Amino acid sequence: MMVPDRLGWSGRLVALSGIVWREAIRFTQQRERFLSALVRPLVWLFIFAAGFRSVLGLSIIPPYETYVLYQEYIAPGLIAMIQLFNGMQSSLSMVYDRETGAMRTLLVSPYPRWFVLSAKLIAGVAVSILQVYAFLLIAWFWDIRPPPIGYLTLLPALILSGMMLGSIGLLLSSTIRQLENFAGVMNFVIFPMFFASSALYPLWRIQESSELLYDICWFNPFTYAVELIRFALYGQVNWMAAGVVIAVTAAFLGAAIYAYDPSKGLVGRKRGSSPT
Amino acid sequence: MQHDTKPALRVDDVSHAFGSVQALEDVSLTVARGEFVALLGVNGAGKSTLFSLITRLYDNISGSIEVCGHDVRREPGPALARMGVVFQSRSLDMSLTIRQNLRYHAALHGIGRREAIERGDRVLERVGLIDKGGSKVATLSGGQVRRAEIARALMHDPTLLLLDEATVGLDVRSRTDVVDTVRALADSGEVGVLWATHLFDEVRPADPVVLLHKGEVLAQGSAGEIAGDVPLSDRFLALTGVDGREIAA
Repeated sequence: MMVPDRLGWSGRLVALSGIVWREAIRFTQQRERFLSALVRPLVWLFIFAAGFRSVLGLSIIPPYETYVLYQEYIAPGLIAMIQLFNGMQSSLSMVYDRETGAMRTLLVSPYPRWFVLSAKLIAGVAVSILQVYAFLLIAWFWDIRPPPIGYLTLLPALILSGMMLGSIGLLLSSTIRQLENFAGVMNFVIFPMFFASSALYPLWRIQESSELLYDICWFNPFTYAVELIRFALYGQVNWMAAGVVIAVTAAFLGAAIYAYDPSKGLVGRKRGSSPT
Repeated sequence: MQHDTKPALRVDDVSHAFGSVQALEDVSLTVARGEFVALLGVNGAGKSTLFSLITRLYDNISGSIEVCGHDVRREPGPALARMGVVFQSRSLDMSLTIRQNLRYHAALHGIGRREAIERGDRVLERVGLIDKGGSKVATLSGGQVRRAEIARALMHDPTLLLLDEATVGLDVRSRTDVVDTVRALADSGEVGVLWATHLFDEVRPADPVVLLHKGEVLAQGSAGEIAGDVPLSDRFLALTGVDGREIAA
């Protein structure tokens, strides 16, 4: 029996690459998913940013060293938005997989469940990174031109923020029992997270109009994903944002793994998750 | 290698409840290597719950479940690595080809690409789908999908093969194909098969049978012994008092 040999780390690497490979194949086959992931931020960039350019004045705040156009300010927010949607879409596909039974294929893998779920998360992040760079390529022609080094320093930030947003989606997927409930997630998770953050306007501007809203934005983890990306795009590190993103990732991923563990969590206890 | 002499599956005194609903009560059964064991019961008997416990989708809180001597609770990795499963609901990725599905499954068991290609050809040959390997799953017939799922379950050379209502929704010809394929696997002596079904005509007199009803094992033994001088379905009706239409094929 060769079985035990495959259960080590070399086997796990094979499993991880297989999960990423499947996600990539599915992604290339779903052209409309790729297009909508690209069109959504571009619409914001081309229309929303153009309309608000003259309305919203911005002072010089780090990491910017000069006045920037509004479209340049919201670019990091739109990048984070791509990852936010992607994270939620991955969790949507997990709910769908659970309904169709495809999820079981994943869960009967001999590797620990924390590993399998993390691999699934990494696969989703890889796809979101492809989307972000495609967006940045088009944005370049729209005069969003960060320093060349920024494209490189952005990568680790994208991995961290993608992991955070994906782990939030993963936890949601463990608690949502049916696909129909997913529309609620869009309304109650995606939109509030996006709007109550520093994605569209700097926090000091929000503070001027509402102290409460400022507090909400300050506690919103999405704000830190946006700021991490914003600084990284200009070759800088926002350590506080990085710390918050890592901590939130650990908390949500831990909770999701707990929820998917058959001996502890919620998924295995639900009768509705399996036909009897 | 003492694990290699252990039965493919041993379920010992397993009970499971969903809240106040008792789904399984003190279920015990054994599947030896090379044996085709039929788990018979109407819908709702607890067959799928038992499968969910064996595959670790649910946690077994009472009793024990061992696959080739590995307790699924204490050593889930080695236990799952020796188990191939065909679920009641179809679980292949419809947008991928059969070979892509096989490769994905192989990866989930730590089998690399090159080896997956070799194994894929071997298992597809075995289930009679070698010429369909490049077809998208969505283009296959119901019987072909089932056989593809069996091929997938065999990719990692399991010692235990679990099939949950694998013939549901298939026409007579496809059903026969699927049952014959699985019986041939058991006859080869390499795998023990636990075949859950509510279709009594899939069981032969010499088959070991576990009769499950309302979460309890009503009878165990060869189908011929249990049936006695009446058809197995009649004996089942007499034991359970269920409506005959529930077990109609």
